[in-house]
Amino acid sequence: MGLEEKLPSGVLLTTVEGLAGYFRKASFWPATFGLACCAIEMMEFGAPKYDSSRFGMEVFRASPRQADLMIVAGRVSQKMAPVLRQIYDQMPGPKYVLAMGVCASSGGMFNNYAIVQGVDHIVPVDMYLPGCPPRPEMLIDAVMKLHTKIQDTKLGAHRVAEIAADEKVALEAVPTTAMKGLLR
Amino acid sequence: MTQDPSSTAVGGEEVVPSTARTLEVIDVREGMFGVHGSGDTSGYGGLQRPVAMPEASARPYGGWFDEVADRLEQVLGESVGAGAVESAVVDRGELTLHVSRERVRDVCQHLRDDAGLRFELCSGISGVHYPHDAGRELHAVYHLLSMTHNRRIRLEVAAPESDPHIASVVSVYPTADWHERETYDFFGIVFDGHPALTRILMPDDWPGHPQRKDYPLGGIPVEYKGATIPPPDERRSYS
Repeated sequence: MGLEEKLPSGVLLTTVEGLAGYFRKASFWPATFGLACCAIEMMEFGAPKYDSSRFGMEVFRASPRQADLMIVAGRVSQKMAPVLRQIYDQMPGPKYVLAMGVCASSGGMFNNYAIVQGVDHIVPVDMYLPGCPPRPEMLIDAVMKLHTKIQDTKLGAHRVAEIAADEKVALEAVPTTAMKGLLR
Repeated sequence: MTQDPSSTAVGGEEVVPSTARTLEVIDVREGMFGVHGSGDTSGYGGLQRPVAMPEASARPYGGWFDEVADRLEQVLGESVGAGAVESAVVDRGELTLHVSRERVRDVCQHLRDDAGLRFELCSGISGVHYPHDAGRELHAVYHLLSMTHNRRIRLEVAAPESDPHIASVVSVYPTADWHERETYDFFGIVFDGHPALTRILMPDDWPGHPQRKDYPLGGIPVEYKGATIPPPDERRSYS
């Protein structure tokens, strides 16, 4: 049908975007950011039974400068918020944030003065993972979904257009309170 | 264990706690969660709960309590002067000494150093807020342990909310450093003489002292599909 048919066997064609996404998604370097009970499930995710090394992300980095994925595992207190933001700022791009558990996603059961009501108030979140705490299977599922998202991420001018399109969708989205119908 | 002296003989003497307990009512709480002025849907609105404090006990306190009280009275009379210990309460087999806020440091110095007392360890300083206990709204509670004699006593120091100053005991018990900072952070009790009294858990620029009863809980409205639920302390009350 074209160039593909003229290639010798063993050679595949793809786009630069596809190849970059493929490499990026398969080599996460998570930063250790356990804040509460969710961190125990996150550790189990890294341990042999659930074995995050199957997805190339078994090495949790203590230095944010060597990490590109921040799994915010637990409730973020007002005092921890500037620390979290600084760690995020120290991570080299492209970087991703996974809000693990309801506390990191929305404040959860801690609807009070001491806890940040969702870590998306201070850093952009790529994936929200509900659960209190979520099982390691759910964290695997969230990581898989993040993989899919990264695989499909565009580069260069296309990325700029993609960000603009996402922004437009978000601005036009119906607020939760204005939605009608059943609670789901 | 010294927590239940009725079952133990410490110093060769059976300890019998005082059974005469009169309670001093400082507040009566109504309903369940202290919110008023909204419809009661649960039937719990009729609840009445008095906040009662055990009154000062009379001698004899029972067991080694008298020994400690006598010895303390004696060493305080020689140096600090009478009146440092305002009253003693024996309740549920435990001895609590109410100490004046200016002289708590001197009292602790003697409690630690005197051979007959030897309360070497201060295992914690906590705060309590009784908004209806007029003139004594803020309490600091010290738990002391004598490892030499295997005895535990409690000191309670009260300060009014308008003048929340209590003498610091850090120079006697160095472990009190962080405990006093925590009590300052959450209750606003200022410990005079503390080497560096700053907040320990809340951010440095935090306004107010969160564990006081009148501190608002805070929180944001929770959004659901087609509905918004106000934050917990503004919700419909069940009282």
